[in-house]
Amino acid sequence: MKNETLLTHFGKGLIQNNPVFVQVLGMCPTLAVTTSAVNGLAMGAATTFVLFFSAAIATLVNVIVPSQVRIPVYAVIIATFVTIADLILKAFFPPLSAALGPYVPLIVVNCMILGRIEAFATRNPFLPSLADALGMGAGFTAALMILGAVRELLGAGEIFGAVILGSAYPPMLIMILPPGAFLVLGILMALFNHLQEKDLPILRKAG
Amino acid sequence: MQIVAVFFVAVLVNNFVLYYFVGICPFIGVSKKVDAATSMGMAVTFVMTITAAVTWLINNLVLIPFGLPFLEYVSYIVVIASLVQFLEMFIKKTFPELYKTLGIFLPLITTNCAILFVALIQAMRAYGFITSIAFGFGAGVGFTLAIVIMAGIREQLEVADIPRPFRGAAITLIVAGVLALAFMGFTGLVSA
Repeated sequence: MKNETLLTHFGKGLIQNNPVFVQVLGMCPTLAVTTSAVNGLAMGAATTFVLFFSAAIATLVNVIVPSQVRIPVYAVIIATFVTIADLILKAFFPPLSAALGPYVPLIVVNCMILGRIEAFATRNPFLPSLADALGMGAGFTAALMILGAVRELLGAGEIFGAVILGSAYPPMLIMILPPGAFLVLGILMALFNHLQEKDLPILRKAG
Repeated sequence: MQIVAVFFVAVLVNNFVLYYFVGICPFIGVSKKVDAATSMGMAVTFVMTITAAVTWLINNLVLIPFGLPFLEYVSYIVVIASLVQFLEMFIKKTFPELYKTLGIFLPLITTNCAILFVALIQAMRAYGFITSIAFGFGAGVGFTLAIVIMAGIREQLEVADIPRPFRGAAITLIVAGVLALAFMGFTGLVSA
């Protein structure tokens, strides 16, 4: 029973409350770095890392932090883990770090992270908070990866760097440029709404 | 000359919202009415200009001389959060009229990633003090321009017949995409 509730906390971030498609949170990195599936995956992983550890620390220090100063305290906790994530990326994955550029430090102000800490982690016990953080992170990563894959496929004819569409397909460069990000996300979001309206059993089960 | 170029690049060519995708949250959240969008834009421009100056001072007078660049993100976010809080109190006391217009938008600005982005970019590109301020101000003007245009379009969208799945955020993003396409026309106009 206990595991089951943890699983529900994890699951709701994936589809039902997907941070990108449903809650429309964390838009800056979602739009900016998803020029390819790899970048989307990396940004999602970095954000999940920060969210997971910040939520863990935030639930632990919650009892001793006066509620008036909680937002600055959370911001400092988040900024610390972002610095760690940034240094890890720079040290071990220099090309990825260069591709993500200033959007790694911008994880500090990703409203999804502060939102989850404020709305869930500080009001729930330790383990469910971790499950929630992982679920939201996974939902965020999945959304970024899908968006990145679609843009990479249409804009370069590749997914994860592997040629899919071949040379007969003229790449639509616009999909990799900024306007493509808005257009693809808008259309994906409408598609997501449409599928949810249909109430497919697979969505209900996972949600 | 560089100062003017930096300003115009930030306003038009590399518009913060439509090119760098920062400040999307207020861009989508507060762009339903032109009045509110204008106030939000003013508040953001104001905070951005001051943030650019303050973070420049911190970076060049404290972090770099003392070899503490790893504290960059932590110190910037603390500075921005306290700056916004301080500005709110200051404006409330000294300019009550202005406070009425900007009021509710000021606290929201702390979590506006565009502000932190200004701080990061000016440090990354090692701008001079005045150039940094011009950059912050230009970025704010660019943000205001984008959000006001968006609000104008959305006021018209209210009465349009939009297919159901597209209502809400989806159509807003698609409109933003078209707007970004239009702004791409400024590419190469000025370079800095």
